[in-house]
Amino acid sequence: MLKTFLNLILLSACCIGFGGCAPNGEMTATAQKSKQAIIKNKGSDTMVNLAQAWAEAYTDVSPTASVEVSGGGSGTGVAALINGTVDIANCSRQIKPMELAQATENTGKVPQEFIVGYDALAVYVHQDNPLDRISIRELAEIYGERGTLTKWSQLGIAHEDCPSDKIIRISRQSNSGTYFYFREALLGKTRDFALGSLDLHGSKDVVEVVERTPCAIGYSGMGYATEHVKMLDVAIESGAPYYAPNLQNVLDKTYPIARPLYMYSLGEPTGEVKNYLDWIFSREGQSIVEKLGFVPLENEGSP
Amino acid sequence: MKILGKNRGTNVPLSETVIELFIRLCGISSILFVFGIFFFVFREGADFLFGGLDLGQFLTSPEWYPTSLGNKRYGTLALILGTFSVTALAMLLAVPFGLGAAIFVSEFCSPKLRETFKIIIELLAAIPSVVWGFIGLTLMNQLIIKLFNAPIGLTMLNGSIMLALMSVPIIVSIAEDALKAVPDSYREAAEALGATRWQLIYRVLLPAAKNGLLAAVLLGAARSIGETMAVLMATGHSVNIPEGPLSWIRTLTATIAAELGEVARGGEHYQVLFIIGILLFTITFAVNLIADLVIKGIRKA
Repeated sequence: MLKTFLNLILLSACCIGFGGCAPNGEMTATAQKSKQAIIKNKGSDTMVNLAQAWAEAYTDVSPTASVEVSGGGSGTGVAALINGTVDIANCSRQIKPMELAQATENTGKVPQEFIVGYDALAVYVHQDNPLDRISIRELAEIYGERGTLTKWSQLGIAHEDCPSDKIIRISRQSNSGTYFYFREALLGKTRDFALGSLDLHGSKDVVEVVERTPCAIGYSGMGYATEHVKMLDVAIESGAPYYAPNLQNVLDKTYPIARPLYMYSLGEPTGEVKNYLDWIFSREGQSIVEKLGFVPLENEGSP
Repeated sequence: MKILGKNRGTNVPLSETVIELFIRLCGISSILFVFGIFFFVFREGADFLFGGLDLGQFLTSPEWYPTSLGNKRYGTLALILGTFSVTALAMLLAVPFGLGAAIFVSEFCSPKLRETFKIIIELLAAIPSVVWGFIGLTLMNQLIIKLFNAPIGLTMLNGSIMLALMSVPIIVSIAEDALKAVPDSYREAAEALGATRWQLIYRVLLPAAKNGLLAAVLLGAARSIGETMAVLMATGHSVNIPEGPLSWIRTLTATIAAELGEVARGGEHYQVLFIIGILLFTITFAVNLIADLVIKGIRKA
């Protein structure tokens, strides 16, 4: 009796690890019923969670339309746009002039560009950290494999609240979009992050930990800032001008670790596609942008 | 009904047959679940396990780079060591407290105090692990930074304290049952021989209840190995070979929980996470087997 009980407990303990892994791509598939208009939406992997969240929320808004989302990367989305097999292509980069010409030639319609939000990352440090600004070069040496910067004093500051002088790197779990984007912005496509960073689960946790850890540095969406952390001004390299992470600098494209998120439709959107895009630009659609850690188009009601 | 009755030699009502069948089904179902889960986990990871995964690297390399663009590496050594070290430290903290509390509750308490204690201990068991994780992430983080002058408080120690707090209620309630099961005649005999209370506990009760006490400790350990959310939040979740209680580490379970949600289904990374699941299975089976053998050994002695 005791042994069976023991077995069961051990087993259930072992299985806890698999608890939180419900597939998140099946909502839209079940929503497709015959009489509905289907909007095909494909592209950027960075945006796939956002697109999915929009699609799921939109089923409540408009029962007559259902949005079918798939990822595969910005390039896949544009290719589908050129072939005319998709209604909306998601893209975390701007469409190239050649692609635009190809799409126009192939489908007879000019792709229309919509900026639906921004992906901007702020670099956070503890509020007592005397550091005010940092360059992408320095960040690469802090976070990158075989990086040379491991102590705060190497950045030319005396960080009194961090007696060990050690830079504690706060990062994200290795398959989050934020991780990918930050890695590419800092290190390009070939170099990896160094091991030994604290890979936290969620944008909010990063800020929460930096808030309470004097030695820490972390990166997370700009929208997660609180009044208890400091956001650093960022420059591409140490000689270049530094820019604060604010909405204006993101919109000006001067802040170096931010990028707009695009959606492209074939020709001027009509019917259900137009309704869907209009809804994305609405307060409700933009609140989802913010909820997923991106920067919404207008800074409305962020806490 | 009559036929059934004949088989039994007496008249058994239908309802009893149904209930008996149901109970039998319940018993069998636990076996089915075990094999079902094992089959599922194994199936998801089998392709890559037998085709492509470098098992030597998987078990001996600390380099966990599942999403590198240039050079993907799936080494879990740091994660395995993380799981074992955090569990061992948690048990080091939880076992003395748990057994001590069990002895106190079963031998020294007045009945009224005992009831209060039991309710409070059960309350401790009812706190969800994410709450423990949150306490680790916020409160304990700052406390460890201040107390140990550490650069960051999200460490093995932090995770172990959280795990110890979570496994103490299990250890206490099972150990207390084990002590209760020792017949009162033993106590009376010992006292009649002039044993002090300490001698009674140390020489009579603990040896008599050792099977149950060991089961209590192992269940606590199993709880610690399997725990996910609290260690994910409190240990720092960092691929790092542990050097001491103040190093930040990562466990096998936390890796699965953190990465499975955003991984492409069916891909290499997805399958590696399931292979980690197989590894966890193997570890818990091993712990189970050792427990069985130890208990059998004790019985013989």
